[in-house]
Amino acid sequence: MSAVAVRLRHRSRRKGVGLGLVAWLLGILFFLPIAWMALTSFHSEEDAATNPPSFAASLTLDGYREFFGAGGGASPWPALINSTVASVASTLFVLVLALPAAYALSIRPVKKWTDVLFFFLSTKMLPAVAGLLPLYLFAKNTDMLDNIWLLVILYTSMNLPIAVWMMHSFLAEIPVAIIEAARVDGARLPTILARVVAPIALPGIAATALICFIFSWNELLFARVLTGVVAETAPVFLTGFITSQGLFLAKVCAASLVISLPVLAAGFAAQDKLVQGLSLGAVK
Amino acid sequence: MTATTTAPVATTEVRTTRPPSARLRAWATRAPLLPALIFVIVVTQLPFVATLVISFFDWNSLYPDARQFTGIDNYREVLTDADLRHSVWTTVLLTVAVVLASLVLGLVLALLLDRRFKGRGVVRTLLIAPFLVVPVAAALLWKHVLYNPEYGLFNGLLHYVGGPQPDWISNTPLLAVEAALVWQWTPFMMLILLAGLQSRDHEQIEAARVDGASDWQIFRHLTLPHLRRYLELGALLGSIYIVQNFDAVFTITSGGLGTANLPYTVYQSFYQAHENGLASAAGVLVVIGSIIIATFALRVVSSLFREEVSRA
Repeated sequence: MSAVAVRLRHRSRRKGVGLGLVAWLLGILFFLPIAWMALTSFHSEEDAATNPPSFAASLTLDGYREFFGAGGGASPWPALINSTVASVASTLFVLVLALPAAYALSIRPVKKWTDVLFFFLSTKMLPAVAGLLPLYLFAKNTDMLDNIWLLVILYTSMNLPIAVWMMHSFLAEIPVAIIEAARVDGARLPTILARVVAPIALPGIAATALICFIFSWNELLFARVLTGVVAETAPVFLTGFITSQGLFLAKVCAASLVISLPVLAAGFAAQDKLVQGLSLGAVK
Repeated sequence: MTATTTAPVATTEVRTTRPPSARLRAWATRAPLLPALIFVIVVTQLPFVATLVISFFDWNSLYPDARQFTGIDNYREVLTDADLRHSVWTTVLLTVAVVLASLVLGLVLALLLDRRFKGRGVVRTLLIAPFLVVPVAAALLWKHVLYNPEYGLFNGLLHYVGGPQPDWISNTPLLAVEAALVWQWTPFMMLILLAGLQSRDHEQIEAARVDGASDWQIFRHLTLPHLRRYLELGALLGSIYIVQNFDAVFTITSGGLGTANLPYTVYQSFYQAHENGLASAAGVLVVIGSIIIATFALRVVSSLFREEVSRA
C-alpha cells in the first residue's frame, strides 16, 4: 500500500470516529426529552417545577402514587384495562381475519390479487375523521356508545389492511411445496393455516401483532368521541392532563411514561419490523 | 388500477384442474379472503358513503326536526368561512413543514447510522424512542414539561445561559405543534431511509470508490438516485399520517391560536357545535385532499412493490 493510501485511510478513520460522535450526540439529543420525562416522574412536584431545573433533586415515587389515584384523583386502572382489552382483542381479530386473507393473496392467490392488496391499502388512506360522524350516530342509535367492543370493531378494521399487507409479504416467503404436500395429504384449509402456515410464519405474525397492538393502544380520536366514563381508554385518560392543574408535572410524567411503556416495550422488541408495518409492507 | 404482474403459479394450476367444479374452485380460492374484505368494506367504506350523503343536508343535531336537503350549500359555507378556510391552510402548512423537516433530519440520521461505529445499535434505539411514546403523552410532554414558560425544560436551560424566557406556545403556536411532531416523525423517516441505504448495491459503490469517486460524488450520483423512491415513500406516508393528525393539535393548543387543522375542525364542528352537515362537508374535503396525496402514494408503493415481485 502506498503512503498516500495509508494516509487517506487514516484520515477517513478519524472522520469515521468524528461522525460516530455526531451520531451519538444527536441520539442523546433526541432521547433527552424522554430521559427528562423519566427523571421528572421520580421528582417531587416542588422539585419538578423549578427554574432552573433541579437535576439532582432527591427521588420519590409520589408522582406514580398520585397517578394511580393516591391523592383522590380518578384511578387509571379502568382506562388501562379498557386499552388492554381494545388492543389485545382487536389484534386477535385482525390476526384471525388477516391470516386467511393473506393466504388467498400470496400462497394460493385469487385472480387480480394485486388489485385486492391495493384496495386494502387505499382504505388506510381514507382519513378516519371522515367516517367519524356516521359511526357516532350509528353507535348512539344502537346503544353502542361508551362500549369498548365498538372500539374493538373499529380498531380491527383500522389495522386489518396493514396486517394483510405485512402477512402477505411474510407468507409469500413460504415454499409452496410444503403447502402442496399438506394438501395432498388431505388437509383442509383451516388445518393447513393452523398447522403448517402459522408455525412457519410465526415471527411475521408476531411482528404484525405488535404493530396492530401499538396502533390500537395509541388511538385517540375514535376513543375520545365514542367512549365516555365506562369505556374510556388510556389516551383518553391522558387528555385529562391537557389543562394545567397547579403543580402536576411529576404526575403528568409518570402518567405519560406508564401509558407509553407497553408501546416502548413492544416497539423495541420489534424494531426491524416497525418500518415494515408503518410502510404497509412496502419497505422490507 | 391494473394488475400487471404475471399470473402466479398457483392460479394457472387451478385453471388446469378443469371443470366440472372450476367455478366452485374459484370460490374456494376466494373464500379465505372474503371475511376480511367484507369486514373492511362495511366498517370503513359504508360510513364514508353516509358522510357523503349527510354533507348535502342542513342538519344541526340540536334541531333534528329542521333537517333538510341543501345541495352544495355546506361546501359553499366551508369554502367561504374564514375559520374553515384557515384550517385548510393550517393543514397544508403543518403537513408540509413536518414532512420536509423530519425527512431532512431523518436523512442525516440515516446516513450517520449507515456507518459503522461503536454503539450503533444503542444510538439507533435512542433515536427510535420518540416514535414509541404514545402520541398524546408526547404532546403532553412538549406542552407541559418542555414548553411551559415558567418551569419548562427549554426555559430552564435558557436560564443557565442567561437567555430570554419566551412563552413558546403563545408566541409561535403552529411552530410549537410542528416541532413536537417533527421530533416524533423523524425516527420514522430515518427507519425508512436506513432501509433504503442498506438495500444499496455495495459492489457498485466499491467500484466507484476504486475509480476514485469522492464521498460526495458517490452520495450525489449513486446514493441519492437510489434513495429517491424511499424519500418519496417517506414523504407520502408521512403526509398521509400527518394530514390526519389530531392528537398533537388537540393536546398542545386545543385547536386555538390558529392551529386548528381540518381533522380538528371536523371534530369540533360536530362534537361541540353539533353541525352535522358542515362537519361532513369538511370531512369530504379532507378525503379529497387525501385522495390526491394517496394517488401518488399508491403509485410509489406499487413501484417499490413491483420491484420486490420481479426480484423474487
